Amino acid sequence: MKARVFVTLKNGVLDPQGKAIGNALHGLGFGQVGAVRQGKVIDIELEERDHAKAQASLKDMCEKLLANTVIEKYEIELKS
Amino acid sequence: MKSAVVVFPASNCDRDAAVALEHLTGEKPHMAWHADTDLPDVDLIVLPGGFAYGDYLRCGAMAAQSRIMRDVKKKADQGVTVLGICNGFQVLTETGLLPGALMRNAQLKFVCKPVGLEVEETQSVFTRKYDKGQKLSFPVAHGDGNYFADDETLDRLEGEGRVVFRYAQGENPNGSARNIAGILSEKRNVLGLMPHPERVCDPMLGGTDGVGLFQSLIEALS
Repeated sequence: MKARVFVTLKNGVLDPQGKAIGNALHGLGFGQVGAVRQGKVIDIELEERDHAKAQASLKDMCEKLLANTVIEKYEIELKS
Repeated sequence: MKSAVVVFPASNCDRDAAVALEHLTGEKPHMAWHADTDLPDVDLIVLPGGFAYGDYLRCGAMAAQSRIMRDVKKKADQGVTVLGICNGFQVLTETGLLPGALMRNAQLKFVCKPVGLEVEETQSVFTRKYDKGQKLSFPVAHGDGNYFADDETLDRLEGEGRVVFRYAQGENPNGSARNIAGILSEKRNVLGLMPHPERVCDPMLGGTDGVGLFQSLIEALS
C-alpha cells in the first residue's frame, strides 16, 4: 500500500517561506496571486493490506515524527 | 559539578560547550554519543548547538528520537538540570521537554551576530548570578530560531516567570514571539535558549557575559 502525507502549517501560524514565494510570484508578474502557504509531501510505501490498520499507523507516525503538531497539521492519503 | 555534553551527528558546538565547562568547572565533561543508551550520573546535561542529523525533516526532529534522548528525558523528569543551546533548544521543544516550537527566522535568513539580551528571571539555577534586567551580549547563529507558541502558552510562560532571557528592544533577530530568547520548563530544571553563552566565556573570544550562566550552575549544583 502507498500513502502520501501532507504536512502544512496550521492556520494562523506565520509562514515566511510561503510569503516569500508569494512575493516572488508577484515579481514575475502573476498579479492574481493572493496568499501562498507552503508545506511538505512525504510518500511512504507500507507493508500493510488492511486499510484501517494502515490509516492508524500513519496517524501514529504523523503524531510521533512527521508533523510537529504545535505548529503543523497533517492529511493522509492512502492508495492501495 | 559533573557535566555531560551530548554529541549528535552534525553537532558543532559540542567542543565549545566542553571547553567552557572544563575552563569554568575544572572538570572535563563526559561526551555522550547520540547512540549511547545511558548517561553517567551528572549534575548537568548540555545539548549543544549544531545541525543534528542535518536538520532533516525539522530542526531537532531526528535528534529528539535518538537513543540517548530517552535517557535525557528520563533524567530531566527526575529533576536533573538540562541546558539546550541553539540546536539543543530545538531538540528540547521537539522532545516535548519545553513547550512551543522554533520556526524559520521571520526574514528567512541565517543570522550570525552578537545580540543584546536582557535577563528577565533570576530565580533559576541558570541565572542566579545575574541581576534582574541585566543587559548581556551573546552571539546568535541560527536559521530557525523564531520562537512560536500559542497565546495561552506564552501567557503561562510569562505568568510563571519562565521567560528567562528576552532579546533587548529592537534586537530580536528572528521574529520570536514576545522577544523570547530563552525559557524554562515547568519544574525549572530545563533551560532552552537560542543565543550561545558558551561562546562568551573568555575575553580572548570576544566577551565574558556567558560566564554568569555557568557560575550560576556551579553555585547551584556543586
